[in-house]
Amino acid sequence: MSLVTLPGNRASALGALAAGCRFFAGYPITPSSEIAETMARELPRHGGVFVQMEDEIASLAAVVGASLGGAKAMTATSGPGFSLMQENLGYAAMTETPCVIVNVMRGGPSTGMPTRPSQGDIMQARWGTHGDHPIIVVAPNSVQEIYEQTIRAFNLAEELRTPVIVLYDEVIAHLIEAVALPVEVVTTERKWAERGEAGYLPYAETPDLVPVMSRPGDGHRVHVTGLTHTAEGFPTQKPELAERATRRLLDKIELHRDRIEACEALRSDDADVLIVAIGIVARAARRAVVDLRAQGIKAGLLRPITQWSFPERALREAASRARAVLVAEMNAGQLALEVERLTPTKVARLNRLDGEPISPAEIVHAVKELRP
Amino acid sequence: MTEHVAPPFEIKDWLRLQLMPHFMCPGCGHGIASRALLWAAHELRLDKDKLAVVCGIGCSGRVGAYIDANTYHTTHGRPLAFATGLKLARPDLTVVVITGDGDCLAIGGNHLIHACRRNLDITCLMLNNEIYGMTGGQASPTTHTDRITTTTPAGNMEPSFDACALAEGAGASFVGREVTRQAPALKSLIKAAIAHKGFSFVEAFSDCTEINGRKNDLGESPEMLFAQKDEMRPAGPHDDEPFRPHRLRAGILVERERPEYGETYRARVGGPR
Repeated sequence: MSLVTLPGNRASALGALAAGCRFFAGYPITPSSEIAETMARELPRHGGVFVQMEDEIASLAAVVGASLGGAKAMTATSGPGFSLMQENLGYAAMTETPCVIVNVMRGGPSTGMPTRPSQGDIMQARWGTHGDHPIIVVAPNSVQEIYEQTIRAFNLAEELRTPVIVLYDEVIAHLIEAVALPVEVVTTERKWAERGEAGYLPYAETPDLVPVMSRPGDGHRVHVTGLTHTAEGFPTQKPELAERATRRLLDKIELHRDRIEACEALRSDDADVLIVAIGIVARAARRAVVDLRAQGIKAGLLRPITQWSFPERALREAASRARAVLVAEMNAGQLALEVERLTPTKVARLNRLDGEPISPAEIVHAVKELRP
Repeated sequence: MTEHVAPPFEIKDWLRLQLMPHFMCPGCGHGIASRALLWAAHELRLDKDKLAVVCGIGCSGRVGAYIDANTYHTTHGRPLAFATGLKLARPDLTVVVITGDGDCLAIGGNHLIHACRRNLDITCLMLNNEIYGMTGGQASPTTHTDRITTTTPAGNMEPSFDACALAEGAGASFVGREVTRQAPALKSLIKAAIAHKGFSFVEAFSDCTEINGRKNDLGESPEMLFAQKDEMRPAGPHDDEPFRPHRLRAGILVERERPEYGETYRARVGGPR
């Protein structure tokens, strides 16, 4: 293990390299550009390729193209670019092409406040592309966790053949912290069809619902399409086959939900008031819990590490023990929608849209307001 | 002395016959263009396992599925961007993009100019049928002025794009144009394009009889194919005068040496070995 100090965006790039990322395509955008800049320097030294594309649409297209060719591939962007990527994000989900997209959240909507943090893309990350589609979103809250979760994002993407989004706010992107880099990183490799395997079906149903992938050049000569397709990979509009194909995509994530879901709980066992937050807001909430406890108020924190699949059971259990839940987030209320959906416990909201992070004092104040 | 005779070209060797009958309309030129591509692949003795055909959306986008190779039916306008990632990650593959006039010049126009500029070793075959056929016959960037389409009921008021001039201006190191009426010539052009190191752009004029032809009284497929041929004049010296009716030049229009992007990248900084 070695200890280094890194900004969040650089940790994401280093995590990607450690996970085996060998292709990056991107387009400059604040506040994510340092990831591309790091990859431009580092990737060729690792036998990989960096390419700067003409826009974010092309960036994710190139990433998916490289991944179809067999490379572990990623891009990084922020809100406006993430919007442009939604088209090919859906293609990656539909064709089950592994890829990782880092979205550093800045103030929105539209051009918004490019250098200020927000958490306004929580729902875009879940529902940004059209149609019912599976998605995994990890939401780290420290530089160390950005490194670890970027590696995990690659592992989940490769194992489950799905796009995975690493979602964090501008504060953590530019926060400089000590990071412990492990000597050895556990990486997951894609299941590849054997060269020249007879009777290979590119989208066959397997027990784990993850089809075995074909590497071009290995003799299978498969067809990949964003059209709803059969196990053979060719388009179909037969209702029973279409239902089955789309269901499998969604079930694939549900089946592995227990391993995808991750969250951190802080003193939530006996909490009267449960705070739910992600990213930098969860850091403030952690301090708020300590301060509130010191004042005799039983506060606790539940922090989703996977925003999607949302840690539903953990939230339900922790919320059921609490008198009230406070969802603190740098948006007008997106995480709160999911929390409200999951628990009958009273849910209060603390929101900021001004491009400033939420402070511990604000959370302490909001919790005290909740008390009868 | 032994004589090396190439085996004859048999298109069935290159098709996914299980998908036949195909779904192109009667008279559509896309079949001829596909045949020309596969004929070129045969003569170049390409390895099917190492051939990647990347398509976009539209009638041209559906061509790829019938080809017995690694085929990718991507998103509308983006096949060149997908192909860029694929070729950079896998320099060992022969990457051919099949696209259409709408796919390549409208929604994908930005990707086209940058692919031309970047000069990665990809062949782009644009099937120009001068219409959005798949969606029912709307005007495309290459629809002739005054043509009637479903979105230009009073006649098209926009001029049409000269795709080859665009590709040349954007820096493509190989540019060519041919009509599907001249299948052997189109085959030779595609062959030269694939053999060329760098980005190659080939515009193949195709005919949309069912939608474009019928709506504008352009006749059946043979009439349309002849009309397209009549619009062409061979490329050569003194061919730059824009005189009608031969408004466009056919053949190899540009062939120049420029550094191929993938080679430059690998030589300068590294990358996949």
